[in-house]
Amino acid sequence: MKIAFENQVAAPQLPSRTAYGDNQTGTHLPERAGFLNGVIVPEQPGKNAIEVRGVRKVFGTGENQVAALDTVSVSIRENEFFTLLGPSGCGKTTLLRLIAGFDFPTAGEILLHGKDIAPLPPFKRPVNTVFQSYALFPHMTVAQNIGFGLEMLGKPKAEIEARVAQMLKLVKMEALKARRTSQISGGQQQRVALARALAPQPKVLLLDEPLSALDYKLRKEMQIELKRLQHETGITFIFVTHDQEEALTMSDRIAVMSAGKILQVGTPRDIYDRPAERFVADFIGETNFLPGTVVSKQAGVATVKFASNATISAGYPEGFDPTGEVTLVVRPEHADLVPDPAKGTIAGTLANIVYFGTDTHYHVKLDGGGENFIVRHQNSRSSAVTYETGVKVGIQFEEDAARVLKD
Amino acid sequence: MTTAALSSAPPSKAALFEAKAVKTSARRNRLLSLPALIIIGIFGVLPLIIICVYSFLVAAPYGGVQWQFSTDAYLNFLFQRDIFDDTLQFTPDFLIIYLRSFLFAVVTTVICLLLGFPTAYFMATRPPAQRNWWVLLITIPFWSNLLVRTLAIMFIIRDEGLVNNALIGLGVIDKPITMLYTNFAIQLGLLYAFLPFMVLPLYSSLEKLDFRLIEAAYDLYATRRQVLWRVIIPLSKPGIIAGCLLVFIPALGAYVTPLILGGGIHLMIGDLIAQQFGSGRNWPLGCAQALILMAAVLVALYFYVRKHVGQGAAWLSPASWISRTSRASARSPSSACWCSMCRCSS
Repeated sequence: MKIAFENQVAAPQLPSRTAYGDNQTGTHLPERAGFLNGVIVPEQPGKNAIEVRGVRKVFGTGENQVAALDTVSVSIRENEFFTLLGPSGCGKTTLLRLIAGFDFPTAGEILLHGKDIAPLPPFKRPVNTVFQSYALFPHMTVAQNIGFGLEMLGKPKAEIEARVAQMLKLVKMEALKARRTSQISGGQQQRVALARALAPQPKVLLLDEPLSALDYKLRKEMQIELKRLQHETGITFIFVTHDQEEALTMSDRIAVMSAGKILQVGTPRDIYDRPAERFVADFIGETNFLPGTVVSKQAGVATVKFASNATISAGYPEGFDPTGEVTLVVRPEHADLVPDPAKGTIAGTLANIVYFGTDTHYHVKLDGGGENFIVRHQNSRSSAVTYETGVKVGIQFEEDAARVLKD
Repeated sequence: MTTAALSSAPPSKAALFEAKAVKTSARRNRLLSLPALIIIGIFGVLPLIIICVYSFLVAAPYGGVQWQFSTDAYLNFLFQRDIFDDTLQFTPDFLIIYLRSFLFAVVTTVICLLLGFPTAYFMATRPPAQRNWWVLLITIPFWSNLLVRTLAIMFIIRDEGLVNNALIGLGVIDKPITMLYTNFAIQLGLLYAFLPFMVLPLYSSLEKLDFRLIEAAYDLYATRRQVLWRVIIPLSKPGIIAGCLLVFIPALGAYVTPLILGGGIHLMIGDLIAQQFGSGRNWPLGCAQALILMAAVLVALYFYVRKHVGQGAAWLSPASWISRTSRASARSPSSACWCSMCRCSS
């Protein structure tokens, strides 16, 4: 049962897309269409490598039923480095396994270039996986591992050899091609796993936390390496990770997942600067949460009053209607300390100063109570003002630094 | 210890104590293996030497041996001395029995492998809690004596036995099919006796198999058949080799099963050798036959294992067959798998 890739990728005709509540930004809920601050990028039909439509995955039966994925829809574009980011148990690996074909969705469709692949077994999908454990065949050499997929596809021997040589060069493993996989280091195994998955030239490469077993320095190297490989091969990468830093530095777009749902899809900057929900803001980067009351609102900007009676205008995501008691989020680096408490938006007492080398964190105990507010200052050669713990300070926000978010 | 040895100063009390401790622990470890070594020496090596010596002696008229050097026992294996002119004539009788035994053992091994592999695979893919119960079921036959179990087979397959009565009762046949005291009966008995010895090593090999490798192979366009031949079988090879050896060698020398189920009509090596010490009253011939069998097995084993395990001295140690399987690392729990061949459902 050999696979003709062409059969599966030709036929880009798409059924009606609106029926699935999909929208133009690639997020699954219509009310989230304004993530890109009104900039709507029109997608051309057929330019999506993978489209996940209303996919549900339920494990177990009867009372033990667990919905690992709760009606997820997402579009992944061609040649994109797309990351599924979320804490463990959020369903990101389940989604990846559904795309790979190791599991079948309980409901919904998975389209590869417009063709539903959800019912196909993995060996009939032009999609390859880099496993978290690498899953290299211990009874084969490095070169045999890399050539395995091509061999299974029934490619001629000369072609396999040429392609394996090319892949060995791509991942810089030429010198070790005759080694057994047990005779090479973890980082080298990682490279072989990548080469093995890339060798059959899949339409989409799935990566299931491939860097989690590597030490910090090697991980940094492999992050750059992965970006380079994606750039050189032009293959769509779907990368699963729980490491937000990894997601931010590598991805073209990120989908943040929690409890079987996709909360937000966007570029790293979107996700970081304009989180759609409190969970997203909390999960990615450090965030200050400030309680306040909405006084008035218009055109996506709400005026919020704090306990100290100070007011501030803050944006909120489209489709969310903030009223009454709300939570404001402010990134530590988007706030500033001022020596005069009266000049700040809010005021407090400097409780702690933590020096991090590149920057300094100031922990401020707010006058209104609640959690300490953290202000991050980039350290420069000539820091003008020095602060000491115990002094009264004001906290100033940059223009539209604060956002009102759904809990 | 090293510091004490390097410095010219007299070794400290602590170093002396450590040196003593190391010495005693080494001696203690050697002592631990002593009982086993004594047993192997007395009941393994010594009898082998006796067999070796006896095979070069002359048979006494009423059993036992005369202390007189002779190679007659080995000559008698292939030749018969003519009573009148004392010439040697080639007689293949013993050789035929050896070849038939060899054939029985090969067929037993092959069928056990064909039956045992799917069984072991099934067991290895059950949830961990269930697996132990399956292992228990496989080992239940060991709880009773092989002789009793072989006699039970006799009652099942004899002319008025369970099978024939059932078939006649159902009207499938008119006359009972003769099964007992045939080659079929011997083969059946051998399969029954040795199947667990195939299943258990296969299971222990498959149980250690990293089932994520199967997923990886499917992902790389391997069909079910290709996954079996390219991944599962190569990775369970140590279990296959161990199982084949554990079945082939005892099947070749099987005694009770062919004796009871073959009714003494269809001799196998085990019966033949036993006869020399009983009614045959030719101990040297029996010893020679036993040694020839042993030599044949060792030679066969050498080529078999060298072909499948690789060269070097390591082929002798079963530990090396087992260690090859244990390379597979721990499995990660994952959801129910589409392939229904692996145990991803745990």
